[in-house]
Amino acid sequence: MIGNLDTALLQQIWWILGSVVGSLFLFLTFVQGGQTLLWQVSADEEEKSLIINSLGRKWELTFTTLVLFGGALFAAFPKFYATSFGGAYWVWILILFTFIVQAVSYEYRKKPDNLLGSKVYETFLFINGSVGILLIGAAVGTFFTGSNFTLDDFNRVTWTNPLRGLEAAFSLFNLSLGLFLVFNARVLGAMYLVSSIDFSGRPQFEARVRRSCLISLVCALPFLLYVLVSLLLMDGFGFDQTGKVSMVAGKYLGNLLAMPGVLGLLLLGLVLVVWGVVSTSFMNGTRGIWFGGLGTVLVGLAVFFTAGFNSTPFYPSKADLQSSLTIYNASSSHYTLTAMTYVALVIPLVLAYIAWVWRQMDARPISAEDIEGRKAY
Amino acid sequence: MVDLGMVNWARAQFALTAMYHWLFVPLTLGLSFLCAFYETIYVRTGREEWKRLTKFWMTLFGINFAIGVATGIILEFEFGTNWSNYSWMVGDIFGAPLAVEGIVAFFLEATFFAVMFFGWDRVSKNFHLFSTWMVAVGSNLSALWILVANGWMQYPAGMAFNPDTVRFEMQNFWEVLFSPVAMAKFTHTTSTSFMVGSFFVITVSCWYLLKGRHIEMAKKSIVVASVFGILSTCYAAWTGDESAFVNASTQPMKLAAYEGLYDGERGAGIVAIGILNPAKQPGDKLDPFAFEMKIPGLLSLLANRDLNSFVPGINDLVYGNEQEGIVGVGTMMEKGKAAIGDLTAYKAAKKSGDEQAAQAALARFTPNQPYLGYGYLLSPEQTVPPVATTFYTFHIMVFFGVLALVLFACFLVFTVKDSIAEHKGLLWFGVASFFLAMLASQSGWVVAEVGRQPWAIQGLMPVNVATTNIGAGSVQTTFFMFLAVFTLLLAAEIKIMLKQIKIGPEGL
Ligand code: HDD
Ligand code: HEM
Ligand code: HEM
Repeated sequence: MIGNLDTALLQQIWWILGSVVGSLFLFLTFVQGGQTLLWQVSADEEEKSLIINSLGRKWELTFTTLVLFGGALFAAFPKFYATSFGGAYWVWILILFTFIVQAVSYEYRKKPDNLLGSKVYETFLFINGSVGILLIGAAVGTFFTGSNFTLDDFNRVTWTNPLRGLEAAFSLFNLSLGLFLVFNARVLGAMYLVSSIDFSGRPQFEARVRRSCLISLVCALPFLLYVLVSLLLMDGFGFDQTGKVSMVAGKYLGNLLAMPGVLGLLLLGLVLVVWGVVSTSFMNGTRGIWFGGLGTVLVGLAVFFTAGFNSTPFYPSKADLQSSLTIYNASSSHYTLTAMTYVALVIPLVLAYIAWVWRQMDARPISAEDIEGRKAY
Repeated sequence: MVDLGMVNWARAQFALTAMYHWLFVPLTLGLSFLCAFYETIYVRTGREEWKRLTKFWMTLFGINFAIGVATGIILEFEFGTNWSNYSWMVGDIFGAPLAVEGIVAFFLEATFFAVMFFGWDRVSKNFHLFSTWMVAVGSNLSALWILVANGWMQYPAGMAFNPDTVRFEMQNFWEVLFSPVAMAKFTHTTSTSFMVGSFFVITVSCWYLLKGRHIEMAKKSIVVASVFGILSTCYAAWTGDESAFVNASTQPMKLAAYEGLYDGERGAGIVAIGILNPAKQPGDKLDPFAFEMKIPGLLSLLANRDLNSFVPGINDLVYGNEQEGIVGVGTMMEKGKAAIGDLTAYKAAKKSGDEQAAQAALARFTPNQPYLGYGYLLSPEQTVPPVATTFYTFHIMVFFGVLALVLFACFLVFTVKDSIAEHKGLLWFGVASFFLAMLASQSGWVVAEVGRQPWAIQGLMPVNVATTNIGAGSVQTTFFMFLAVFTLLLAAEIKIMLKQIKIGPEGL
């Protein structure tokens, strides 16, 4: 049945699926945001432990979503996987590095005899939340600003900048997108903490967390504004019916106008995030994370759709326009896309059990009692 | 064009990261089931000491799991960073199991792991038990998919070469999933990992018995672990035999190398114990062994299920053996070189729009296509993997498999008879057993991976064609970065582990 769909449709379906996974990842970076808030909003060890234990129940989910994002791109767009990971070598290696050190930090931070001491593990968490997210933002930014590579007849990648991907972080646009994601993660992190910690007897702690949500949004706004304005004004990459890539003036503005649904996603997403912050910081709400989270997902979708749809190469090359990758020339075969689409049918099931477990585990917020003794991180 | 330095650093890096990852993976695979068994007993009997025991092993499991996850993420992306040409050429097939692994397995692990650790007073007893089982199932499902991927590299089934995209494309998902190699890998790897997990429990328990601490808990743990261990060992021996049997048809060179068999024979014997002659080279007349003890006929039986069948040796495979109908590598290299030439001609003709020349080149290319990978080899001898490495590691592994059965049986019998505490020698053996099991398990991977050199994909793509176009310096730098950070984290893990074992199950 799925096998009867034509290749182009399957390619689009997989770009949508990839976008969903990527956007969910952006939502789940509330873990990373919380990690960077750790020192700022906690006044003593117990408050710190509350934060760590609250995030510690979710970090695996974020991590696994990142892994799935990599795996899904590999299966659906192998040419992108090969070109980007092999080409933009250093940026990916550094991102991965920050996730390696994150993975042990929750478990090891408070264990006796942990060799490095809890400060170091907390630093690992901070690096993951700041450098890691910033570089991910810079890498996503190259979907719009382009990268420095060429592909030969056999699709082998040559990177033309010796920094191998790190140069992405030196573009103001990419850097701003990265910083926006860092601060947005903090917004989400604060919202999540508000929803999951039992603050009874600690009103100041609660006030600090709620305030940090607002402050982070204020910090995020200028970067967001810069990104949005440049995106609307900049020349973008586009391809015509023959697949020939060229620079198109106002390409991304054009995309948003040509796909009003995507524009709607973007605007609705931003409103939802702001509403989440208002409800968290001014109205004593505890459900801000759901608005902020959904908002982030919608913004993420808008970003990925703008980058990949409407005859736009999603991984453009500045060095050689014709090497640019589109969802049509970078994908796997019809057969593989079909098989993977069948597999993807289980995704709703996966989401369902995650939601179910989340509800069971978070029915009651985390309190000081939960972090006593050795049953906690 | 080919940067040999880069290839070797990339191989070293893959070996390093995979082997670090593999320090933790078998324990995850085995201990997760043992935790599930212990908790099941607790829920069935309602006895608090089983709960305490379960929690103790879970604590150790968690410490190990965290670093398993940390070392895993890099492997997922290393195919792209260091082997990007490989990733492009076979991504159509190879990416799928990796993605499926993420969708069906990793989320199961990650989600229920949180319940297993923090859910004790948040969810019902039965739901908690269910979660523990789900972690075990999820871990082993992830093993299935990654081993399907690895199995495919050893035996590329269910695919075809597409000259237009210049890559291999999937033709049949089920052939990839259920290839005999993938199934042998999955069953052998998981069953031997259950052994490793069981020995971990025995190692820690024996240490307690020697110290005279937590005696009851240690004995209870040992009984369950040794029953599980005995069953797993029998299964492992069977699946190991099955692995060798599939090797005979899919990777005869690997089989010949780990048996040190240079000249093929009928009724070939298995080397029980042997020391290789270090001067021996393919094609020379030297005796391959300085010392050997053989069990006659067994190799033929193992490889072909027939005592008198012919098992080809390294020389037959490299230089060919007309009598047995084996084509030498030299012939295949010629066909491979022709295939590369015709493919290039085909691409060029396509580009210039000369359809007739393109079809002619394609017609010449197609019969030689299966030998494409051989065209990149420099000499026939290159197809011989390092014989000594594979030979010794294989024998360490099998030797330990036999020893393991004896050990598990002793532990079960003496613990049930309640005399285990008196057998000090056996207890010390028990303390050492986990480390021996780990050695055997790592050895198994060395057999499997070194034994398939020089192929990244058996017969289709040698490792030097699979790499990324990047200087050796970058790969070298990341090699040392990973070495440093993994070693540091490993040291931390060991210290924490030892401390928790010292603290023991009290106070959990
Ligand atoms: C036979 C089993 C097996 C093998 C051969 C491998 N792994 Fe593994 N991997 C596991 C069994 C496993 C596991 C048992 O599921 C782990 C280990 C510890 C853990 O927490 O999960 C895991 C963790 C793990 C993670 C972290 C998952 C998460 O987010 O929770 C990644 C990304 C990988 N692995 C990827 C790989 C890749 C790309 C491999 C191949 C080169 C590989 N693993 C070999
Ligand atoms: C965790 C268990 C594994 C271990 C211990 C292991 C071990 C090794 C070793 C020792 C090498 C280096 C061989 C050499 O260069 O001589 C190697 C290389 C390699 N392995 Fe594995 N391996 C494991 C799992 C896998 C899996 C599951 C895959 C594929 C899905 C895989 C793919 C590769 C690749 C691509 C290389 C590099 C190319 C090469 O040198 O052959 N390995 N591995
Ligand atoms: C009892 C006798 C055993 C036999 C006959 C046996 C046989 C084999 C063979 C032939 C391979 C290579 C498979 C391939 O390259 O495709 C292999 C691999 C392996 N062995 Fe064993 N083995 C035995 C025991 C053990 C033990 C005791 C352990 C560890 C505790 C172990 C762990 C492994 C591992 C981890 C691999 C690599 C994964 C794989 O290729 O399946 N084996 N074994």
